[in-house]
Amino acid sequence: MNLLWTLLLPLVGSALALMLRRSSSTVIAWTAALPVCAAALLLAWIGPTVLGGDVLREQWRWVPAAGLSAGLRADGLSWLFAMVVVIIGLLIQLYARYYMETSRELGRLYALLGLFMTSMLGLVFSDNLVMMVVFWEATSLVSYLLIGFNREDPDARAGAQLALSITATGGLCLLGGVLLLGRMVGSYDLETVLAAGDLIRAHELYLPALVLVLLGAFTKSAQFPFHFWLPRAMAAPTPISAYLHSATMVKAGVFLLARMYPALAGTEAWLGIVSTVGLLTLLFGAYSAMWQHDLKGLLAYSTISHLGLITLLLGFNSPMAVGAAIFHIVNHATFKASLFMAAGMIDHEVGTRDMRVLNGLWKHMPFTGALAIVAAGAMAGVPLLNGFISKEMFFAEALAAREDGIQWFVPFGAVLAGALAVGYSLRFVMEVFFNDEGREHPQHPHEPPTFMRLPATALALGCLAVGVAPAVFVFTPLTRAVTATLQAPAPVIDLALWHGVNLPLLMSIVALAGGVVLYRLRDRAYRWHDRLPPIEAADLFDVLVRFTRHSGGRVNTALENGSLQRYSLLLITSAVVMGVTPWLRTALPGTSNTLTTLALSLPDAPSTVIAVMLVIGVFATVRQRHRPLTAIIAISVVGLFMSLAFVRLAAPDLALTQLLVELVTILLLLLALPYFATTAHDSPGLRLSILRPLTPSSAWRLWRDGAVAIAAALATGAGTFLMLEQPFTSRSAYYLENSLSKGGGRNVVNVILVDFRGFDTMGEVAVLGAAALGVLVVLHGMRFRLDAGDVQFSRFAERHPLLLAMIARAMLPLALLMSMFVLLRGHDLPGGGFAAGLLTAIALAVQTMASGAEWTRQRLRTDFVRWIVIGFTIVLSTGLGSLAVGRPFLTSSYQAVQLPVIGKIPLGSALLFDIGVYVVVVGTVLVILNRLAQLSQDLNRVGARS
Amino acid sequence: MNLLVAIVVAALVGGGVFLVLRTRVFSVILGLMLLGYGVNLFLLATGRLRTLVPPILIEGITAYADPLPQALVLTAIVIGFGMTAFLVALALRERHLTGTDHVDGTHSITRDTEAGAEIEEIEEIEVSEARADA
Repeated sequence: MNLLWTLLLPLVGSALALMLRRSSSTVIAWTAALPVCAAALLLAWIGPTVLGGDVLREQWRWVPAAGLSAGLRADGLSWLFAMVVVIIGLLIQLYARYYMETSRELGRLYALLGLFMTSMLGLVFSDNLVMMVVFWEATSLVSYLLIGFNREDPDARAGAQLALSITATGGLCLLGGVLLLGRMVGSYDLETVLAAGDLIRAHELYLPALVLVLLGAFTKSAQFPFHFWLPRAMAAPTPISAYLHSATMVKAGVFLLARMYPALAGTEAWLGIVSTVGLLTLLFGAYSAMWQHDLKGLLAYSTISHLGLITLLLGFNSPMAVGAAIFHIVNHATFKASLFMAAGMIDHEVGTRDMRVLNGLWKHMPFTGALAIVAAGAMAGVPLLNGFISKEMFFAEALAAREDGIQWFVPFGAVLAGALAVGYSLRFVMEVFFNDEGREHPQHPHEPPTFMRLPATALALGCLAVGVAPAVFVFTPLTRAVTATLQAPAPVIDLALWHGVNLPLLMSIVALAGGVVLYRLRDRAYRWHDRLPPIEAADLFDVLVRFTRHSGGRVNTALENGSLQRYSLLLITSAVVMGVTPWLRTALPGTSNTLTTLALSLPDAPSTVIAVMLVIGVFATVRQRHRPLTAIIAISVVGLFMSLAFVRLAAPDLALTQLLVELVTILLLLLALPYFATTAHDSPGLRLSILRPLTPSSAWRLWRDGAVAIAAALATGAGTFLMLEQPFTSRSAYYLENSLSKGGGRNVVNVILVDFRGFDTMGEVAVLGAAALGVLVVLHGMRFRLDAGDVQFSRFAERHPLLLAMIARAMLPLALLMSMFVLLRGHDLPGGGFAAGLLTAIALAVQTMASGAEWTRQRLRTDFVRWIVIGFTIVLSTGLGSLAVGRPFLTSSYQAVQLPVIGKIPLGSALLFDIGVYVVVVGTVLVILNRLAQLSQDLNRVGARS
Repeated sequence: MNLLVAIVVAALVGGGVFLVLRTRVFSVILGLMLLGYGVNLFLLATGRLRTLVPPILIEGITAYADPLPQALVLTAIVIGFGMTAFLVALALRERHLTGTDHVDGTHSITRDTEAGAEIEEIEEIEVSEARADA
């Protein structure tokens, strides 16, 4: 559980910091930092085990069906990374306490830092590639929040957005690459994938997978040409830059390269892509850093350059180079974090980071100056500091790699980048602390508080210690990390300071001398640089984004013109085309010989009559569409004959339901019709009988729509026919066999609804209720008034024929009794909750039609929304009831009960379920109809008043 | 028989599609209803066509119509009503907001204030009046 706790502890700190965000900054810092301290101690505690060569693994089941298990795994590489993350994280927390002292959002800062730490630890400890991608994306997301920490600052928001769009795109690529890898290997388990390197490299999908994974790594580690988000991310407060953009997040990319090294490296493609990108980034970053005037901008570009160096080393395909890369990852984290802290302290105490303003700070801030000199020395590769050793190793590897097919210009480029590094390191030190030109600073400079200096001091001392005695401090962890990276015994890494006079030493000397020369010539160099056209990759990216957004908008306006007709046409046409195309390509199995069976199933007379009536009904509906009343009659003919068709096709339940739904739907349409039928342009006096479009459809449009309709009809008709001609095995044997024995009912359709597939029915009932509530919401507060002149309409809506009212009242008890009967017998004979509910609703709705909404409401004082809720509660509680007795959700049980008159009925949970369905259906239908009737009723009242 | 059912499905779908492509929302609602019938009939047909043998168990009879598509279609019919109702409500809202029941995108937001049949929202005051009356 140690690894899990390491992961969770920073999260605990986050939660505490959020809860205590109103406390003093000291309290927040302590509560956030103590759990991280504990995590660091845990890591230190498992240190000896990991450094002894053991691999710690903790596994949990995650999605076993997809072959995914959640697991944490610590080996030398991940342990070293985790140590960097946690220790630098702690120092940053201490530093931020002073840097952000006056901020009221310290709690948020610490919460986000903790969250970030957890994401980072999860990334390095993931034992599963998919889980690793999840944490990878988590770091991107949290870094978005951290970069945009100063929410009011537009630059911060833009920088955060840029960083997220680049790194999240990379994350998507990485996901794709990981999925490909999982497909090749057959597992997402890290060790399995790493052990399958030969299989992966020989696979035909190797190159796509490699490119995708590399895109993920390059975007995260700000490699050229994706580097431009990093300088923009400097809009973040300095502690965040120091943590994310020196030590941790940008290192996630190179960590990924190291992690996947055994699986992906060792090929020409890896060598070509990784080393080229690394070299370009190394040179470009170092070159750009020379021209920065902002301290943080200089550090950002130098970070890009150093990340390029690490990438280049990993691209050499040589075990020794991997050692150098990992060593440099740690070294760079140490000196760059302390440099960022120094830049922050200067900004904090002086009020600016502009090197054109800063000068001669040595006499005010000697301690900070000393720290900066040590860290900048490490960055430049000055002997006796850690940067020197890894830079020597880099030079040696650049020379050695020449024999493995790397071109001559690599060592040359390495020296050039080294010289540039010396140049910008000198600028950082000289232009800030010396070169006293007597310029005024925004604030009077003085040393920052002791505790603010402490973290940077610790890191600078680290640089010194490793630089003086590397073998003592880093030999074991480094060797262990390299072993873990290579998944093979590491080569002996020579960490000695002095190798005698050799080529790498010479290169170092040339680089140092070149750097000094560059620095001396800086004024001339600036003048030269100022004449160059300014090109910013981020601006190019902005142009690209704007262009994309603009053309997207254009496409959108072209397609989206507000015409439902247009959308429907596109949708239906593409559905027909896409549905038919695969058909035309493939021959259907068995169609040619089964076509003859058509003769065997000649239609009988009743079926033919029903079919003919249906077709006539459809044509009548289409033709009468401008005369709404006639059209409603025509479509009800279709509905009624559908019901008969169901009778004919041995589906009595459907017939019953269809009949009742048809009635309800007709009521609904009649209630709503007046509001569609009244437009000034519809012929006066004939409002209810004519409903033509304002601009009649052109002949061309009618032909076109007719053609689409015929195409759709042919496609569906042919599809239906071919389907019916296919051989078929029913999947319903189980239901037929078990309906009586397990469900206790003879009506298999009803048993399926309330028992076997009760869960589906529950969802459908929920949909019904939601539709009713949706109608209420959509019509909320809506009242229509009809113009006083429209007497004809008012009279139509007002009149309640006495005869109808009398008959309806007399029918009500009978209808209700009938619906009860239908409900109770539903389990054995056609009927059930749906049909009974519709029947009850119709009986009540007819009262409204006959006697008016007001009359009905006064007598039926109930809120039908409540019915929906109660009904659904009944349905749900039948399900939960079976949970309560320890059975799965919605398990049914029944007991046959002998009732007088009705006979034997099985009284069980299924019946209760059906009653719930019944109540929901009644509620739904009446909520909808009553709401529409209320529109009419208000309309009547207004008509009566006027 | 198979061909007959196929023809009916085709007619329902064809008529439905044609109506869905009309200009006024009332036709669109009719069209969607026809489409719904067509789809329901098709779904039922996926269990193949049987007659006179409803899936109601009687001792001694072993062959029944397929109950599963029937159960599917039954809920589809009821939900079809819910959907039609919601559609009608949406159309009414649209009518209320834009003053038109055309869906061709060219007649929107042209609230006609000329004399004739004009539809307006009654002020909330009137509602409270009505409540007071009651």
